[in-house]
Amino acid sequence: MFTELNSILNTSPDKITQGELIVISERRCDASFLIHHFLSFYLRARCKVCFLGLVQSFSHYSAVSQRLGVSLVQAKEKGQLVFLEGLQESIAHLIPHEGKAGSDALNFIRDPTRGLQSLFELVRDSCGGPAAALGPEEEWGAPVLLVDDLSVLLSLGVSVGAVLDFSHYCRATVCSQLQGNVVTLVHCEEEEDDADDEGAEQLLRGLTHQCTLTLQVQGLPTGYCRDIHGQMEVCWTRRQPDGQQRLKKLFQYKVYDKGASFFARGTSSAVL
Amino acid sequence: MAAPMSGVGNPGVKSSSFNSTSFQKKTRSKLLSIPGTRPSVQNGQLLVSTGVTSLDFLLGGGLAVGAVLLIEEDRYDSYSRMILKYFLAEGVVCQHELFLASAQDSPDDILKELPSPIMDDVAIPKPMEQPRLSSDPQDSLEAMKIAWRYQNLPKVQSTLTSSSRFGHYYDVSKTMEAEIQQAAKCHRFYLPDHPNQTAPTHSPMLESYSALLKSLQEVIQKEGFEVAASSSKSRNILRIGLHSLGSSLWGDDLCCCDNPKHAHALTTFLYGLRALLRSSLAVAVVTVPSHLIQNRALMGRIAKLCDTAIALESFKGSEMETNPLYKDYHGLLHVRQVPHLNCLASQFPDHRDLAFKLKRKQFSIERLHLPPDLSETVSRVSRVELPGAASTASVCGLSTSANKHLDF
Repeated sequence: MFTELNSILNTSPDKITQGELIVISERRCDASFLIHHFLSFYLRARCKVCFLGLVQSFSHYSAVSQRLGVSLVQAKEKGQLVFLEGLQESIAHLIPHEGKAGSDALNFIRDPTRGLQSLFELVRDSCGGPAAALGPEEEWGAPVLLVDDLSVLLSLGVSVGAVLDFSHYCRATVCSQLQGNVVTLVHCEEEEDDADDEGAEQLLRGLTHQCTLTLQVQGLPTGYCRDIHGQMEVCWTRRQPDGQQRLKKLFQYKVYDKGASFFARGTSSAVL
Repeated sequence: MAAPMSGVGNPGVKSSSFNSTSFQKKTRSKLLSIPGTRPSVQNGQLLVSTGVTSLDFLLGGGLAVGAVLLIEEDRYDSYSRMILKYFLAEGVVCQHELFLASAQDSPDDILKELPSPIMDDVAIPKPMEQPRLSSDPQDSLEAMKIAWRYQNLPKVQSTLTSSSRFGHYYDVSKTMEAEIQQAAKCHRFYLPDHPNQTAPTHSPMLESYSALLKSLQEVIQKEGFEVAASSSKSRNILRIGLHSLGSSLWGDDLCCCDNPKHAHALTTFLYGLRALLRSSLAVAVVTVPSHLIQNRALMGRIAKLCDTAIALESFKGSEMETNPLYKDYHGLLHVRQVPHLNCLASQFPDHRDLAFKLKRKQFSIERLHLPPDLSETVSRVSRVELPGAASTASVCGLSTSANKHLDF
């Protein structure tokens, strides 16, 4: 959890906004530090988290979360975290053996035209869970769905329409019905006018239309810098209920071992 | 996970027989100690040498176990192939197991071309015996007459360096001796040996890639490279070299068409490769002919699915070969991506403009330095061009262009 980012977004673990769709878009850089932030943030806020970790192994997220002060293993044992380890589950689908079928959630790998219905059912069952599922255990807060990363589904052959349908279903279930939050990460390659990366651009545009908050992360336009890792543009797409019209804010950031710092342009500690 | 932090108990520290002291640090940690690996300074991850020490330095100490290194080939596949051979040769020297897959050249041909490791001159201590009472006739031959001060020093012999060292040097002009190379266990995958089994499937992956992935999984499971495998024998690393993936010889049309039909075959394969590697003690080096792939976004997505990505751009055959600025180097090296596994921040190299040079005993990667401009013709040319400007300056009086080339 990055405290500076919390103050930028006006949230804290005690007071979270509900019904939000947050889209993190990265353009030729790596914004996974934001996913780690949101994961530790929502776990601290005692929400029920469903995490689709499609690109890295569980121990990677666990090691980073340990540094940020949250234990994923404990959260999983207590039932607060439902973790889908995409890499491990996908092996059974990519190398089919007779008699050993993998979990259903990733069966789109075998046949991408089938769509992401099974994946959505996994999300619905883990987030949905009416009171009957909780039983004598502790009451968790609003459900949160975290997806890292949505554009890897495009690399696995799923069509853009199917991914957009999946995100729409997730938003309808988690945000509207259950009053929870959804955070997704989308990776784009080239600049917007390039026709090469149509799939990811379409996906990003479709998601930005539906979302409440976007965090657009990209490298510095002037090139690589050791002290400033990139810039992040925060954009609220819905008007704030208290009438404030803060629509867009631009920050530069630097990622450290145990966190990240965000500062206004030109105020990097290396420069001042 | 990319590398286990705590695992099977220490299989017993191998003590070098040439220790000058008997002091050995007691390692109470449960880190796996496998010959040819070392933990990273930054986050304790298990690292493996690529065979090129300057590349190791660039990547932050070495390749993480469980990660994939993508090399975008240069135009004639000369230097990327060289790095692949360094990688395999390092595996032979460290006694790791090898897995080599190729569609173009037979894996045996590639293995025959591995560079020979440079022998170390290691001192062998003479066994301490009782002092000789009578001088044998053999001794009198060995007794030095002129350099008698060096009589009692240990004899020096050329041996293969012990595998406890991290990173070795190779002599490119010689190939590795057959007996050293055959001592290493190597699994081969040559695509023409695996005919297409046409099973009706909707998977976006091609049959060639599926067969390769299946063969990889079999090797990993049978030889016990899975991290979770509890085997009593000592653990070892599997080095995987995949040559020229994505080229047409694998049946892929990524390199031939602008809108390939099998656009997702290679990306799905790389996803599967990452899945296999994260749960095993293996490292992979993949070379891809990226200069043939027109779709830059697709190339970016391929790089994103690999952990580390570098691109080689050689000057051979291009106009840069005769450019005096680049005369000290053989090509440029671009670092596209550096991973951050099990940690938040990645360690990027300080400088992005790097050039490489293949010397006989070293593949050196250094910061691109432009040579100083010492030519005398520079000022002379500008003086010839000046007369027109100088004459107008005297007419205008306030022109500043004539002052640019102050000549003393």
